[in-house]
Amino acid sequence: MATSDTALTDSGGLPPSDEFNPFAGVDFQGLEKSLRRPRTLLDLFLSGVVLVMTGLALIPLFSVVWMLLVRGGRKLTWAALTQAPPAPLEPGGGFGNAIIGTALMVGLAGLLSVPAGILTATFLAESRNDSRLAQVVRFAAKVLTGFPSILAGVFAYGAVVLLTGGFSALAGGVALSILMLPTIILTAEDAIRMVPAKMREAAIGMGATHTQTVWMVLLPTALPGILTGVMLAVARAAGETAPLLFTALFSNYWLTSGGRLDFMQPTASLAVLIYNFASMPFENQMELAWAAALVLVLLVLALNLVGQAVSRRQHQQA
Amino acid sequence: MSSSEAVHGNGNGNNGTGSESRPPDVVIDCQIQDLHYGTFKAVRDAHLPILKNSITAFIGPSGCGKSTVLRCLNRMNDLVRGFRFSGHVRYRGKDIYAATVDAVAVRRYIGMVFQQPNPFAMSIFNNVAFGLRLNGYKGDKAERVETALRRSALWDEVKDKLGKSGLSLSGGQQQRLCIARAIATEPEVLLMDEPCSALDPIATRKIEELMVDLKNRYTIAIVTHNLQQAARVADKTGFLYVDTSEGGRTGYLVEFGDTKQLFTAPRETHTRNYISGEFS
Repeated sequence: MATSDTALTDSGGLPPSDEFNPFAGVDFQGLEKSLRRPRTLLDLFLSGVVLVMTGLALIPLFSVVWMLLVRGGRKLTWAALTQAPPAPLEPGGGFGNAIIGTALMVGLAGLLSVPAGILTATFLAESRNDSRLAQVVRFAAKVLTGFPSILAGVFAYGAVVLLTGGFSALAGGVALSILMLPTIILTAEDAIRMVPAKMREAAIGMGATHTQTVWMVLLPTALPGILTGVMLAVARAAGETAPLLFTALFSNYWLTSGGRLDFMQPTASLAVLIYNFASMPFENQMELAWAAALVLVLLVLALNLVGQAVSRRQHQQA
Repeated sequence: MSSSEAVHGNGNGNNGTGSESRPPDVVIDCQIQDLHYGTFKAVRDAHLPILKNSITAFIGPSGCGKSTVLRCLNRMNDLVRGFRFSGHVRYRGKDIYAATVDAVAVRRYIGMVFQQPNPFAMSIFNNVAFGLRLNGYKGDKAERVETALRRSALWDEVKDKLGKSGLSLSGGQQQRLCIARAIATEPEVLLMDEPCSALDPIATRKIEELMVDLKNRYTIAIVTHNLQQAARVADKTGFLYVDTSEGGRTGYLVEFGDTKQLFTAPRETHTRNYISGEFS
């Protein structure tokens, strides 16, 4: 009020500074940073604590990676990646059969769990008004995420190994699929629920049936999110050891019989190879175990990166 | 058609279509007696005809049930839990709520454009071709897509980027894309639920011009908050208002008639007050 009055009476000139000071009464001291104030000190202290804690949390991670690089990198040769494991005291050799075994069993587990998981997720997300059955299934899936992996192995032992009469890649795949299933179900359900309601409405308004809405709109739109879940599940399954001890066991040989892949015989995997070789008294085997561990970590890391890239692309699109 | 005459004896005043000399061609005959969501009575006594190749606007304050009435016309309300109504909605003389009628099929004849532009997360081409794919259309999809995009005045803007995501377009373009998607399957009726409320004035103008253009080919019913919009584009206008006398908030049709008559010489006090801005 005072401003306009002064401006008017002064016929356009600036109001004399001694008459009007818009900042009168503002305590500039209070605006300045000061180390003397407890608030500032607490702020600095907490920032420091957070930094230190973060550093502490990173120590195990980086020391593991460091050790793997140092101890495993030495043995990471083309021969190690492509040859079968050596006999005790024999030099050379590798874990090529274990890489293939892991890939096969994880792939098999994916074949079993991805369709089942996505369809279950569709049921959960689309079940009208969240039926009792859907709630039970979702609860079961959540319980299953914390399922001890060794029990999955015991289950597959009873369900497949005893039934078919021997350890096999098939049994290993079944055990891993049980571990992958809950991750896929829960992430895929989330992804489907994240599809904006207006898209569903648009599909229905176009005269799409419920099935068409799910197949042509919901699942394609949710696909990047679903893929992220699948990647996470695969990464977890690739590193599992316990369930494979009961199901695929281990093998020093390639997974072939008569030139064809054979799913029905004991199969090597990276995780079990690490477990076996690390406890052997032979230098060569122990070094191979280090190298296999490095390969496993790199594989999981690569899968995680792919999963992240896919989900990031989704966010950019939306 | 006699049904259009029967419409007006609904106890809300004599709101006949007035000056029509020959009987108009009624595409949808909407006769809603009572409409409930669960125990909530949302709308009562909405009786009105949707005439062929015309634009019918529904106006009224928020919560008066104009969107509800519109969504009744292609059974979108079926998705809402607890929805039930008495009365009937006849499309070309056939009651679309009859037990033998497939709601999904109804929506292929009576398309819908929504308040929020809602293209699918797929390419522009696939957005428009969506309805064709739904129906297993075997012919030349590219031609139908181009026609639909031209009719929605979007072709020139997107013809070089049909493979791009529909979500990459601006809001106004997205809404025209949704219109293209809706008309690609050649529905007879287009329901538009506040299609411009999320758009800026320029995009709104474009959609309005488009509507006037499209009515030669399609029959359009539109819900709008914008009275000027109704006055600009609609041939017929229905005014709905909220009745709070029974304790609830029940919408009902106050007046229905030629847009010009309704805006210049409304018969009902409620209508006059509303369009003169005395309450909203």
